[in-house]
Amino acid sequence: MSMGMTDMVKISDGAAEGSYLTDGWTLRSWLLSTDHKRIALLYLGSITFFFFIGGAAAALVRLNLIVPEGLLGSAEAYNRLFTMHGVIMVWFFLVPAVPVTLGNFLIPLMLGARDLAFPRLNLFTWYLFITGGAITLWALFVGGVDTGWTFYTPLSTTYSQGHVVLAAVGIFISGFASIATGLNFIVSIHRLRAPGLTWYRMPVFLWSIYSLSVLLVLATPVLAITLLLLALERLFHIGVFDPAIGGDPLLFQHLFWFYSHPAVYIMILPGFGVVSEIIPTFSRKSIFGYKFVVWASVSIAVISFFVWGHHMFVAGTSVYSAVLFSILSYLVAVPSAIKVFNWLGTMHKGFVRFDAPMLYALGFIGLFTIGGLTGLWVAALAADVHLTQTYFVVAHFHYIMVGGMVSAFFGGLHFWWPKITGRMYPEMWARVAALIMFIGFNITFFPQFILGLLGMPRRYFSYSPDFQVLNVLSSAGASVLASAYLLPLAYLTWSLFHGERAPANPWGATGLEWQTTSPPPTVNFVEIPVVTEGPYAYPPPETVHQQNV
Amino acid sequence: MKWWLPQASNSAAETDHLLWGLVLLSFAVLALVFGLMFRYIVKYRAGSGLDRGAVAKKSWIFEITWTAATLLIFFGLFVWGADLYVRLFETPKNALKIYVIAKQWMWKTEHVGGQREINALHVPVGIPIELVMTSEDVIHDFSVPAFRIKHDVLPDRYETLSFTANRPGTYELYCTQFCGLDHSKMVGEVVVLPQPQFQAWLEQNGTGDTLAAAGRILFTRFGCGGCHGSNATGSEIESTVRAPSLAGLYGSPVPLSNGTVTIADERYLHDSIVAPEQQIVAGYAPIMPSFAGQLGEEDLLQLVAYIKSLASERPQ
Repeated sequence: MSMGMTDMVKISDGAAEGSYLTDGWTLRSWLLSTDHKRIALLYLGSITFFFFIGGAAAALVRLNLIVPEGLLGSAEAYNRLFTMHGVIMVWFFLVPAVPVTLGNFLIPLMLGARDLAFPRLNLFTWYLFITGGAITLWALFVGGVDTGWTFYTPLSTTYSQGHVVLAAVGIFISGFASIATGLNFIVSIHRLRAPGLTWYRMPVFLWSIYSLSVLLVLATPVLAITLLLLALERLFHIGVFDPAIGGDPLLFQHLFWFYSHPAVYIMILPGFGVVSEIIPTFSRKSIFGYKFVVWASVSIAVISFFVWGHHMFVAGTSVYSAVLFSILSYLVAVPSAIKVFNWLGTMHKGFVRFDAPMLYALGFIGLFTIGGLTGLWVAALAADVHLTQTYFVVAHFHYIMVGGMVSAFFGGLHFWWPKITGRMYPEMWARVAALIMFIGFNITFFPQFILGLLGMPRRYFSYSPDFQVLNVLSSAGASVLASAYLLPLAYLTWSLFHGERAPANPWGATGLEWQTTSPPPTVNFVEIPVVTEGPYAYPPPETVHQQNV
Repeated sequence: MKWWLPQASNSAAETDHLLWGLVLLSFAVLALVFGLMFRYIVKYRAGSGLDRGAVAKKSWIFEITWTAATLLIFFGLFVWGADLYVRLFETPKNALKIYVIAKQWMWKTEHVGGQREINALHVPVGIPIELVMTSEDVIHDFSVPAFRIKHDVLPDRYETLSFTANRPGTYELYCTQFCGLDHSKMVGEVVVLPQPQFQAWLEQNGTGDTLAAAGRILFTRFGCGGCHGSNATGSEIESTVRAPSLAGLYGSPVPLSNGTVTIADERYLHDSIVAPEQQIVAGYAPIMPSFAGQLGEEDLLQLVAYIKSLASERPQ
């Protein structure tokens, strides 16, 4: 979390001899490093920054909604704030969060490799990412965008007064960081596996990263095309989306969701991967149904390309296409359901411990299940007609994106923190933060399900006083949630200087990343490991029990 | 704080049954998942001295079982939701048409008799209503939670939304597609009246021309009769340019120059005025100029209403 350059230099003071943290002390040795581990930390600092910017916007949005007439007093400011929240959180936190930080750090370690396939490309993606991020942030701060993160036409092309093109340029540029990162990961997983590391010996995390990388490479170009057309239409009135000049506004929605629905899985698949590492580790047991879990990830990646139309059930598409997209949406939910049962099966007859990463993983299962179940509501066509474009949808996707994905991100961050920094975090504080995060999240977002059922539309600056009680409750929950996010910022930063030294394998986990020192040397492995067995090769529970006796 | 929405349309109760079904299913699955999770983490916590015994080997049996069960339940939900949705889109033949024009940031509604409302819509109870909706600018969405319906309102298109109100009262109308600055002010009310009161309301507010009469005035002013005029339209000017007759046009099949046949519905008439070059009637030259920009959506509605009124003059 939130490491400035100076912090990172300091922590390496006492780090283990010859670790990647001590390999060079200059700013240049960080900013021009091609070491995937250092790049992962550059990314970690960047996305933490974006997370708190997006979070601040969310806090102001919730503050505004405390009173029905809108506390901020300006609909314009409110519209720009929720747009900023969405744009920053989706493209500059959720989509990159796990892949470019934990993924970047762990893929070579899990593969038994010395780096990613294209180390310089990896560094280049970070510069693309922060360039794109800076441009978009600039757009959002010099005046903002008032279209919502979805940029629907013709509002965005013809009617909006905001800096639409500038924001789109930033997203466009960062999209190329996504594409190059996905490509780098795919090639690395194909080419850099250690001797003996067959596909079915790879940890589930790698399968998840592989699946989402395919999505990044195939879906992001569609976003790039869409944003390009949007900008051309806004600047030169070429008549693609605005019907007044011969375009079709629904075409924009088709293109946008053709990217943005797979993007939902780009965001959640790494969460599946992280949780699939944590649960076996703290259950001391191999994952239940390994092949089902990995193929569930792959099938999610494939089916997710065929469900975009479920964002358009009331948009004016044909009834037949809605019926088709509804059944496909149910199909894509099946592999997700399978995973939940497999995680439960993993805990069955295990030796379950409650270290902080496991608490985050359990929170993930609970919140993701609620998010997934309410997905069944909005996939049911007639129910969606009532629920779509209301707070029900807001609650639904926050349960997946924040309840699920952010819980998994924090779970993974704690799980691999000792490996990344060479320091242990304070366990008690981490457990408290996990608990507060779970409670604060539910107080924030559960009332929004009820608001949606009662018909409260989303993106409303002011609202009927009938909805005030639940809005105040939601805002109160948001303040609890905000404090829960500040806790790790504090204690993880503290641990960089004062945390206990981490052993190579503090959790007794399987996986190649735990076989090297914490923090790892720049070359990752002094000697390239040879893999002789599958992942999660924990001793069978019955033998463990006999040993205990 | 109101904690429940009235069921004010014929479909609302059915939608609520579906929602209740989803509530029950969700809580059942949540109870299962949380139940198993808590049972396992307590029973199999590392500190318990419990004998784990042998772990079940044939995991694929479990996998197939829960995959099949999940698929079956999902398919049931799909059929339930889709069936109701398809029926929502069926418009009864005798539906009363009311026209809705959305613009930043207000709702305008117009009845066939020419009655106009702003941010309000009066409808009779028990009579099927078909809203014909279009937008002057961006995409809006006509949403009435008490009816459990909503539908996007698009520029340059006629989208329809049908419902039958079944309970007199006043209900919230929202725009639910983000449409810019005052999106949250684009609200109104739907007033459902018993049929006698609705008739009385129509009479009280019916001071102006009917839609068709207003359309006839526009038809003359824009010189449409110069080409489309004929005896059948009641115009006194004989057309000097050869253009298709509009008498009896509405609802009839129109052969197009590209070989296809389309039905002359409201959307066809609308598009033929603003983008005439896109659908040329077979046998005619593409000479009609576009009236896009000269006519607002309200004018277009009136013109279309006038052309529709000529349908009864269809040659036998």
